[in-house]
Amino acid sequence: MKRIISILIENKPGALARVVGLFHQRGYNIETLNVGPVFDGTYSRMTVTTRGSENDVEQITKQINKIIDVIKVSDLTEGEHHEYEFIMVKFKHSEKIQKILKKLNGKIHEKHKHAIVMSAWGTSSDIEIAIKTIGKANLFEIVRSGSIGLHEGEKVLKI
Amino acid sequence: MKLSGGDLLLRALKEEGVKFIFGYPGGAALHIYDSIFKQKACDHILVRHEQGATHAADGYSRATGKPGVALVTSGPGATNAITGLATAYMDSIPLIVISGQVQSHLIGTDSFQETDMIGISRPIVKHSFIVQNTQDIPRIIQEAFHIATTGRPGPVVIDIPKDKTDPSKLYEYKKPKEVSLRSYQPRVSPHPGQIKKACKNILSAERPVIYAGGGVILGNAHKELMALNKLLKAPVTNTLMGLGVYPAKDRYFMGMLGMHGTYQANMAMHNADVIIAIGARFDDRITNTPSLFAPNARIIHIDVDPASISKIINADIPIVGQVKESLNALIKEIKRSKIKIDTEALESWNQQIAQWREKHGLDHELYLKKNKSQMILPQVVVQELYHATNGNAWVTSDVGQHQMFVAQYYHFNKPRRWVNSGGLGTMGFGLPAAMGVKLAFPKDEVVCVTGEGSIQMCIQELSTCLQYNLPIKIININNEALGMVRQWQDMNYGGRHSASTYSDSLPDFVKLAESYGHVGMKVTKKADLKKTLDKAFSMKDRLVFVDVYVDPDEHVYPMLVAPNGSMKDMWIKKNIKA
Ligand SMILES: Cc1ncc(C[n+]2csc(CCOP(=O)(O)OP(=O)(O)O)c2C)c(N)n1
Ligand SMILES: [Mg+2]
Repeated sequence: MKRIISILIENKPGALARVVGLFHQRGYNIETLNVGPVFDGTYSRMTVTTRGSENDVEQITKQINKIIDVIKVSDLTEGEHHEYEFIMVKFKHSEKIQKILKKLNGKIHEKHKHAIVMSAWGTSSDIEIAIKTIGKANLFEIVRSGSIGLHEGEKVLKI
Repeated sequence: MKLSGGDLLLRALKEEGVKFIFGYPGGAALHIYDSIFKQKACDHILVRHEQGATHAADGYSRATGKPGVALVTSGPGATNAITGLATAYMDSIPLIVISGQVQSHLIGTDSFQETDMIGISRPIVKHSFIVQNTQDIPRIIQEAFHIATTGRPGPVVIDIPKDKTDPSKLYEYKKPKEVSLRSYQPRVSPHPGQIKKACKNILSAERPVIYAGGGVILGNAHKELMALNKLLKAPVTNTLMGLGVYPAKDRYFMGMLGMHGTYQANMAMHNADVIIAIGARFDDRITNTPSLFAPNARIIHIDVDPASISKIINADIPIVGQVKESLNALIKEIKRSKIKIDTEALESWNQQIAQWREKHGLDHELYLKKNKSQMILPQVVVQELYHATNGNAWVTSDVGQHQMFVAQYYHFNKPRRWVNSGGLGTMGFGLPAAMGVKLAFPKDEVVCVTGEGSIQMCIQELSTCLQYNLPIKIININNEALGMVRQWQDMNYGGRHSASTYSDSLPDFVKLAESYGHVGMKVTKKADLKKTLDKAFSMKDRLVFVDVYVDPDEHVYPMLVAPNGSMKDMWIKKNIKA
C-alpha cells in the first residue's frame, strides 16, 4: 500500500541524507520525495512516499524518529489527509496534452515555436493517470514535485 | 583566556571527565595533537592501528559505562575507525570518535587524505557532527556526549576540518549550561497502564521466563533485575550481551540462550507462556525462525528504543522506557497487586527446567574428568581459567568458537565483566578492548580469551601494551583453524575446509610475544594447563601470552538447527539432535 510520510526535521547539513539513507539501509524504497525549509528556516518539512505494509511503515517511522535531527514523523495515510502533487510538462504543440493538463488545474507558462511549458497539480493518483494518458507522443520532458500533504483537521506536525 | 580550536576541544573533553584518548596522529589532526601535548587532564594512548583505538575506547566504555574517546586523522585514519564504529553501533556502546578532516576549503576537491567521514559513517553512528565554526566545539562535544550516553546509547562522530583547530585563531570557551536539543528528547517513562497489564500477565503466568539482554547492563539496572526476580522466582536467561547482569551462580539462572545457548534456556523460551524481554532485541541469533518462536508465549517487551519493539517478534505488551525506571515501576506494581503467583505451577516449571539441565545441560566439570588423551579441550581451558581467576576477571574476547566457550563456561556474576562484540562479531576486538578495560581498572585481572585467527587481526597492539605497561593476560585458544568457520563447514559443507586452515603457517606465538617484550608460554598437554595458567597469573606486572593448543575437532554445542528450526531444535552433540 502507498504511504505518505511527513517529517519535520532540522534544516542542517546532512539531515536530508540521514533520512534518505535510512530508507535504503532498512530496505525500503522512496517513490517520491519533497523537501524545503519552513517557518524561520531552521526547520525543513519533508514528504516521502513509499510502499509497504502497516508493519513496514510502523518500523520505518520508528527508525526515522530515531534520527537525532528529526523532530516529528507522521504517516499521513493513517488518517484523513490532504495530498497534492505539482508537475511541469514541456511538449510539442498537442491539443491532447493541453486538454489533459487543463483538467488538472493546468496553466500555460510559455508558448514557444517548438514547445509549450505547462504546469498542473492534483492528487498524486490523478497525476499518475494524467502521466499515463499523456503517453510518449509529443512529450519532451516532465518533472514532478513529489507528493506534499497535511493531516485533515486540527492535527499538525509541530514541535 | 582565548583558546585555539584544539585547546577548546581538550578543555571540553576534560569537562566531560575524559581520562584517556585512544588515538593515532596524522596531518589533519596535528593541531589537536599539539593541544594534547600541552595539557595534562587526558592521557593519550598511542595505539598501533586506528581499529585498535576504537576498540580500546569501546572496551573502556563497556567496562566503565562512560564514553570512550578515539582520535584519528582524516582519510585512512578515519576509514580505519569504521569497523570500530560499526562494532560499537551494533552493541549500542557510547563511543566518541573524533576525526581530523582536511581544511574546509579543500573539502570536495579530492584533496590529499580526504574522505567523506560523515558520509561513510552515517549508517553506523547514532549521530555525527562536522565542525563549521571553531567556537561551536565545546557545545558540539557536550551534545555528542549527551547523545552518545542517553536513550539507546551509541557512537557519535565529530569531524573537525584542520582549519578549525588553527593554533593562531583564538576564541572564548563558551557552551550552554546544559544540552537542549529540540529534536532529541530521549527520556521516556513507562506507561502505567502497560505496567499494570504486564504485572497481571506475569503474576498469572505458569511458565514465565525472564530474557534479559545488554540493555539491562547499559541501563545499569542489574540490581532492579535481581529485585524483580526476588519476587518472581522465575527462570532467567541472558543474551550474549547480557551475561553477568544476572549472577550466573543464582539458582534461577539458566545460562545464555540462542544459537549456542544452553539446552534448558532454549527449551524454556520455546515452552514459556510469558516471556519478559528486558533490554533485549530478539536478534536472529536468538529467535531462530521468527514464525516458530515461542508459539505459546505472551511477550512483554521492555526497551528504551521503541524501534526495537515488535521489530522481529510482535510484543503483546510493549513497554517503552528506561530499563531501571520500568523495572522499578513493575516491582512496585507487583508488590501492590493482589494476584497470587501460582507457586505450584512455578515450582513444577522450575523442576522441568532442572530436568532439561540434567538431560542436556553443559558439563561444568569437564576439567575434572580423567581420560587418557593429553589433548586439551577448549572448554576445559575456559573452566581452568575460571578457577585460576576465581571468576573475578574482566574477560574480553574475539569472535569464534573460543568466544562461545567463554560465554558458556565462564560464569559471570557481575555486569560489565564480559566484554565482547556481539552484534557485529568483530574479530580483532579482544586485545584492544582489553587495553581499554585494563586502563580503566589497572588493579584488576584483565584477560583476553582469543583464537589464533582473531588475535592476528589486531596483534600490533601488543606494542601498545608494552609502551603503556598493560599487563593483560592473553589466552589464545589455538585450534590451528578458523574454528567457527570450520565447524560450519563440517556441519553444512561435507567437511570441505575451504580457506579455514593454516596450521603450517602460524607464527610462533611465544617468540612473537617475546619480540614485543612480553612473556610467552605454550601449552600442548592437559597436564601442563593448570600450572601454566597459575604461573601466568602469578606474573602480576607482565603481559603474558598463553598459547594453548586444543583439540581442533571440537565443536560448539548446543547449536540451533537452521534454517527453518525453532528454539527447541538443537544439535546437542555431533550427529545428535534433540
Ligand atoms: C573481521 C571478521 N572477519 C571474518 C569473520 C568471520 N568469522 C567468524 S568466526 C571466524 C573464525 C575465527 O577464528 P579464531 O579466531 O581462530 O577462533 P576459533 O573459532 O577458532 O575459536 C571467522 C573467520 C568475523 N567474525 N570477523
Ligand atoms: Mg582458531
